[in-house]
Amino acid sequence: MIKSAEVVIIGGGITGCSIAYNLAKKGVKDVVVIEKDYLASGATGRCGAGVRQQWGTEMNCKLAMESIKFYETANEVLEYEGDIEFKQGGYLIVASTEKEHQQFKKNVKLQKSLGIEVNQITPEEATKIVPYLNTENIISATFCPKDGHLNPFTTTDAYAKAAKRLGVKFYTNTEVTGIKTDNTKITGVITNKGEIATSKVVNAAGGFSKEIGDMVGIDLPVYSERHQILVTEPVEPTQGPMVMSFSLNIYCQQTPVGAFIMGRGDANEPRDLRRTSSWQFLDEMSKTVTELLPALGGLRVIRQWAGLYNITPDKQPILGSVKELDGFYLAIGFSGHGFMLAPMTGLLLAEQILGEKTSIDISMLDKDRFERGELVLEPSVV
Amino acid sequence: MDNNTIICRCSDLSLQDIRDLINDGYTSLEEIKRISRAGMGPCQGRTCSQLILREISRITGKDIHDLQPCTNRPPTMGIKLKTIADGRESND
Repeated sequence: MIKSAEVVIIGGGITGCSIAYNLAKKGVKDVVVIEKDYLASGATGRCGAGVRQQWGTEMNCKLAMESIKFYETANEVLEYEGDIEFKQGGYLIVASTEKEHQQFKKNVKLQKSLGIEVNQITPEEATKIVPYLNTENIISATFCPKDGHLNPFTTTDAYAKAAKRLGVKFYTNTEVTGIKTDNTKITGVITNKGEIATSKVVNAAGGFSKEIGDMVGIDLPVYSERHQILVTEPVEPTQGPMVMSFSLNIYCQQTPVGAFIMGRGDANEPRDLRRTSSWQFLDEMSKTVTELLPALGGLRVIRQWAGLYNITPDKQPILGSVKELDGFYLAIGFSGHGFMLAPMTGLLLAEQILGEKTSIDISMLDKDRFERGELVLEPSVV
Repeated sequence: MDNNTIICRCSDLSLQDIRDLINDGYTSLEEIKRISRAGMGPCQGRTCSQLILREISRITGKDIHDLQPCTNRPPTMGIKLKTIADGRESND
């Protein structure tokens, strides 16, 4: 194992790989990524892999817009020999309560003001996009045709391979067991395969980010919650967009290979880092999806799995440095949306680590905003 | 066995495809599954898993018994969404 590095990134998911790539692209020579299992083995590889610009806060809209722009050309930019399989079939988000309907009016106004191609449409118009949508309890919907879906495994692979070509070293099956400090600044990282001297550590550990904070005695304002997904057998292309409802707690998308994936969460989950599947999810999801999208009732479920959302009190990520400890950087708390924001996360963190002016002002995304009471609550989350 | 032999019927992967992935550094079944979709189809890897593990063993020299199989994920076999949804109603 390498003895020293300029930056050590903890976590080999899309976030860690994107930060590593962006640092190396800016000329940082010794960047190391440490992953306790294999790349994309955590939240990244377990996520729904949808990407959307339809958010309720300006910050999330901006992060998502720029990230989607990157994904549109990522195969070429990252010189990937495979395919990240970006399908821009849009997101159709349905409002089934008056509260949602009113919230979406506000969201669409905000999104349009930022240049996002989005419209609030009637239930009838929604059935022109997804003919088998049950509009019985739907008041309105919003649709953005540029939202979409990618393959999380190949997208992470594309970032990792591009980073490797630029000299980034990846240590998989390697677990961080401690972080060395002199109480004011970082001095090194201890792993089960050896120690690396460094002055900069990025916590990109996804569902396990709080445990990394504990290693340096910083209580991070995040918790992890199991969310579950199921996938059906593949069928002919039937559904263009992701169909989503916040009040019904569902998102459902047909992937380019033809399989439908659908997921939901449960705020009453025990917070014990469990990632096992439950029959309750299968039961609830089957009921919800066959009501909202009845035509899918004939599809066979072939697999279900779970992953961790790393959640903050306002459902927006925590990005950047911390005041207690020099050289400790956070890219955590994405609240289920780390995959779709990863291109911008990587750029912004690299800029901040190098002391550059960040492309988007992220000072409001620091971890101390909760203590200051400056939450920017994201209302649109499944 | 011929390199064109199909190993994963659900995701249409040949022996050559699998060997290329292993030689490219994807040396665990979980990694091969994710990068290629081997074992993600309707049969849930019942056909390909053992064959892929054998190839990993041959190429890396590791004993097949030391290689990790994939996590078994429910359901055991395909079930229609409607069947599950209806079953719930009758139990309520």
